[in-house]
Amino acid sequence: MHERADEWTDLMRRAISGDSAAYHRLLGAVTPVLRVAARRGLARAGQPLDQSEDIVQDILLAVHLKRHTWNTDAPFAPWLFAIARNKLIDALRRRGRRIFVNIDDFAETIPSEPAAETVPASEVAAQLQSLPARQRQVLQSIAVDSASIRDTATKFSMSEGAVRVALHRGLARLTAKLREQ
Amino acid sequence: METDQLIRTLAADNTRRARPVGFVLALALVAAAPVSILMFFTTLGVRPDVMTAMHNPFFDLKFAVTLALAIAAMVVSLHLSRPEALLRGWALLLLVPAGILALGIGAEMMVPQRLPMMARLVGHNSRVCLLAITLFSLPLLAGALVGLRHGAPARPAVAGAIAGMLSAGLAATLYASHCTDDSPLFVATWYGIATALVAAIGALAGSRVLRF
Repeated sequence: MHERADEWTDLMRRAISGDSAAYHRLLGAVTPVLRVAARRGLARAGQPLDQSEDIVQDILLAVHLKRHTWNTDAPFAPWLFAIARNKLIDALRRRGRRIFVNIDDFAETIPSEPAAETVPASEVAAQLQSLPARQRQVLQSIAVDSASIRDTATKFSMSEGAVRVALHRGLARLTAKLREQ
Repeated sequence: METDQLIRTLAADNTRRARPVGFVLALALVAAAPVSILMFFTTLGVRPDVMTAMHNPFFDLKFAVTLALAIAAMVVSLHLSRPEALLRGWALLLLVPAGILALGIGAEMMVPQRLPMMARLVGHNSRVCLLAITLFSLPLLAGALVGLRHGAPARPAVAGAIAGMLSAGLAATLYASHCTDDSPLFVATWYGIATALVAAIGALAGSRVLRF
């Protein structure tokens, strides 16, 4: 546990100082932990587990856009879990208010244990459609087509700087839309 | 979008450096301040006898109190802009302006006064005081909230209330240069009520706009 936490802190420090590969590894390493936490939260609130991946993505976006509030001298895990807790509570509150669960619909599908495989997330993908065309194209190119910044710039005849700006604005806007829904 | 795809996208955006919350907060307050200052000078303005008033320690004390409130609230609000931060001992910082005020009240009791205590407490400008501090603080509160939106407060309403105190402290600093009621009893009562009011507005606004 401590070793893992130290590793996260180390990866995040490197990420903050510009190491994108370390950042990629860090996000990959925390995701399974966030997934378990999201499932547990949903189960405890008596909500269907099929939304867990939406919550995981919500947390990842918040981690990304708020990472400047992490103090690099502090361990990373408490900060991460504070963000995760906040997003989970938000998600449960939001869904508790809006979703009317028909018990009969779920009686058969409520698993006694969390499903092993991850269920697809739908909210980020849905909100992606509402972004301005340029931001959506850039995000899709990088996310879905796994193109690099440079390839994306060539594809849309944009400068790399413009791609970076569109990417960042798209992510920020996506997060705002998820919060408002 | 699959989570792996999202992670790849976030990693591609890692080159972007966000400014620290303190920097953005300072910038937003500097942008909002001229609005409040303009409101102050077009409606009330500095009291005419300000040069003589400056020799009155109780006039000067008002600025010590209001600036201490603004600075303490700024420090606490920056602390709370981190998601894992707890209020705990930090709330004690907000007692600093209250402590200065209490010392002032004690000092005033020691020196002979022309007016009885109640008259000093009620003063001449209580209504203007409430209205002015509340109104002048609104642009600053908007600025503070814009700045703090850059952070990630776990409890948005609390962070909003502290932002309210911060803006009330700054607005009260402006108002104090107009007001002829220098008694710490007046300050404790009316500045106190106005600050509580702005803190409540801040809590209400914060619970909406400071969620991340």
